[in-house]
Amino acid sequence: MNITAFYKWLESFGIATAIREGESLFPWLESIHVLAIVLVVGSIVMVDLRLLGWASRERAVSRLTAEVLPLTWVAFAIAVITGVLMFCAKATTYGPNTYFLLKMGFLVLAGCNMLFFHKVTNRNVQDWGAENRATPQGAKVAGGMSLALWVCIVVFGRWIGFTT
Amino acid sequence: MNPAFKQWLNSVCVWIDSTALSQAIQSAAWVVPAVQTVHILAIAALMGSMVMINLRLLGVTGRDQSLAAVSRRFSPVIWWALPVLLVSGIILITGEPARALKNVIFQWKMLMVISAVLITLYFTAPLNKNPAYWDSRGGVGRVVAVVSFALWVGIIFAGRWIAYF
Repeated sequence: MNITAFYKWLESFGIATAIREGESLFPWLESIHVLAIVLVVGSIVMVDLRLLGWASRERAVSRLTAEVLPLTWVAFAIAVITGVLMFCAKATTYGPNTYFLLKMGFLVLAGCNMLFFHKVTNRNVQDWGAENRATPQGAKVAGGMSLALWVCIVVFGRWIGFTT
Repeated sequence: MNPAFKQWLNSVCVWIDSTALSQAIQSAAWVVPAVQTVHILAIAALMGSMVMINLRLLGVTGRDQSLAAVSRRFSPVIWWALPVLLVSGIILITGEPARALKNVIFQWKMLMVISAVLITLYFTAPLNKNPAYWDSRGGVGRVVAVVSFALWVGIIFAGRWIAYF
């Protein structure tokens, strides 16, 4: 099965058709998607800025991530669900869109960056992440990368709407 | 809506549309999505900070630190994000005045923005004089948290719905 056939198959689902042809389902999904992304970016940026040593320095890194990241994950799950639903509704439109593909690529990169940080740098966060201590180079790079990647994800996300 | 006001609003839109700045925004296709991106990033910064303050106000997170400390850390972000939102918003209106100003959803959005800013001021102002102010007013603080969160969610939803009215 080629990719276009796969996209058409996604679009043939009842829920995909309902979203595509309905009066207001699509804008509601978009609104929830925007709210979710705003919360993902808003919360992840706090952690990024702490890792860069630019903000919240008086709070230990582990404490900040413990109170911020649950919000990030809940919002991310909502963004994925609403995103998948919107994609299925117009898969043949979004699938080949350059900005959509770039957005997905940058999401994967953000995921890799996060995974590397958690598996390597964050393992000894108790040593370097205390209050009012300068963060090590690895943490700064992870924070800076995350910040840049999420800005790109928002940029490409907005560009999808103007190129489809 | 009052017909005289409607007519005035219409002439304002026509005038903005005729300005050189509006024409420049309209002729460069990248300006609107770029400024919208800045607008979304600024609302993300604001929303993230606002949620952290509200969660502390509700007693969900950060209970080991005072509300005043949480507010000191996060409320400056709100006051930095608001001017960015205002300027980027004005650029977007200048590019497409009728799409925004004459839109009932936009008018509701502005009403909610004013309410949300007033509530934020109502919350942060007493903390400067008395850091323990809200600790002694459990119930009211919780209402403030829920109402301000609801208003900002409404503002974000309205922002998206402007495109559909």
